[in-house]
Amino acid sequence: MLNNDALLAQLEGLFTSNILSSEISFDMLTVEVPAASIHEIIAQLQKDENLSFGFLTLIGAVHYPDSTEREFAVVYHLDSWKNNVRLRLKVFLPLSNPSVDSITDLFPCANWMERESYDFFGVIFNNHPDLRRILNEDSMDYFPLRKEYALEDGTREDKDDRFFGRV
Amino acid sequence: MNKEKEHSYNSPSEFYNSKETIDGDIATINLGPTHPATHGIFQNILKVDGEKIISSEQTVGYIHRAFEKLAERRPYNQITPITDRLNYCSSPINNLGWHMTMEKLIQAEIPKRVDYMRVIIMELARIADHLICDSVIGVDTGALTSFFYPFQEREKIYELYEEICGARLTTNIGRIGGFERDFTPVFHTKLKSFLKTFPKAFGEWDSMLARNRIFMDRTRGTGPISPERALAYGLTGPNLRAAGVDYDVRVTHPYSSYEDFDFIIPVGVNGDTYDRWMVRQEEIRQSVRIIEQAYGNMPEGSYKADVPDFYLPDKADVYNNMEALIYHFKIVMGEMEVPAGEVYHSVEGGNGELGYYLISDGGRTPYRLQFRRPCFIYYQAYPEMITGQTISDAVITLSSMNVIAGELDA
Repeated sequence: MLNNDALLAQLEGLFTSNILSSEISFDMLTVEVPAASIHEIIAQLQKDENLSFGFLTLIGAVHYPDSTEREFAVVYHLDSWKNNVRLRLKVFLPLSNPSVDSITDLFPCANWMERESYDFFGVIFNNHPDLRRILNEDSMDYFPLRKEYALEDGTREDKDDRFFGRV
Repeated sequence: MNKEKEHSYNSPSEFYNSKETIDGDIATINLGPTHPATHGIFQNILKVDGEKIISSEQTVGYIHRAFEKLAERRPYNQITPITDRLNYCSSPINNLGWHMTMEKLIQAEIPKRVDYMRVIIMELARIADHLICDSVIGVDTGALTSFFYPFQEREKIYELYEEICGARLTTNIGRIGGFERDFTPVFHTKLKSFLKTFPKAFGEWDSMLARNRIFMDRTRGTGPISPERALAYGLTGPNLRAAGVDYDVRVTHPYSSYEDFDFIIPVGVNGDTYDRWMVRQEEIRQSVRIIEQAYGNMPEGSYKADVPDFYLPDKADVYNNMEALIYHFKIVMGEMEVPAGEVYHSVEGGNGELGYYLISDGGRTPYRLQFRRPCFIYYQAYPEMITGQTISDAVITLSSMNVIAGELDA
């Protein structure tokens, strides 16, 4: 067993300057790391005998249109069964170049999750073996989960975004 | 087919790499998207050499309904019906998992009685889910009788759902903070009679297949996966346990007071169709044990938590009490105060770890809600599992993996 504070201390020892920020909330440690080093960090977390984050739970993307140069977040959830602890890693990517290294060589199951993030957000995963759309039609030319695509028909005035708590 | 030639390969991958064909022809076959043997809309384009599969390519997304986008425009209470439509064989687990995610975000204190009620419902749902999956494996191996017997038992479970929430398949069961009412007297009667009659009926059905020579010959060694590959492909639930890895969210990350109950996590050895079937059968027995423990030790207390901002007030109060009417209106319109934050919560669904990654910015709808849909992740392993197998094996491998189209395509 390893609690979140002890885990954070270990990660700080291992990755020092690569940890840009960290937060423990709702029983989970979130660590932000530079996009360039995500592959190396996850490889080390997986290999490290004490930490052994051997299970990839989830990869997903988030769109923050208002934060300049940090428009996209790619979120990795890892699980260490040995220590029974979960870890959330985050990288932020700019809209001009939303690309990050693929981790399909470390976790084959990342394949479809990365394709899904590409499909819905347009995040490019470098070195991905087969980066195509997965749930949407191949001929689609936009990324539907980005915030600029409103769910409602834009011509309707009775259902505008103000009524849903957002402008 | 030349028998000697067939035995000259030691493993499917060797066969695949040999590039040798029986008569020099490789045929391309579409398995699905709409085919009675696929139990849902899945397309697999198989390259076959005679009857042996040498490669396959999957297409998914036929019934994609944009749940994650929809969730960004719905108040929190209105997201429950979306979760129904993920794994529709065990929708109460999806509903209650979502409620628990919200309760984690608002840090609600849940009475013990609610936890136990949830455990009973979730285990009933697990039984229903496993009954369908295991009986369908029977159908695909040629035993149609095994499909009809469990439906009588599943019907009883659906009647129990009806008694709680009025719905059967897409249940929309419970609320954030608990349930709309306590278990009714009819529910108690029906649950007692279910607990009494189910083990015997289940045993009869189980004995029809468990040691059946034909069934064993068809399923043993079919669609196997090693524990290492299973982990690499992110398998969870009974599929992972059939490969010999004892990971169960109910034990590793307990929720809803699962730590109070005594049960066994069954594991398999070979990770093949027979092991997957056997693991599910044993899990049904364990679920009955859990229900008996939860029902026998049901704590006194309320069936709802004290979260007036999220829990719809009683209808009688809404009509007669101004404050209740205001709360009712606020909740229906999504005007409640939601803390900002990021939550990941997971439950052991019918076919694996069902997770909810919720980002709230304090608005009335989630900023982002991502579902960890177990079969979307583990369905990737399917081509590797069927390479070197026959087409009829591919069919039973698919049904034994319990891939649910609604969950796969979100």
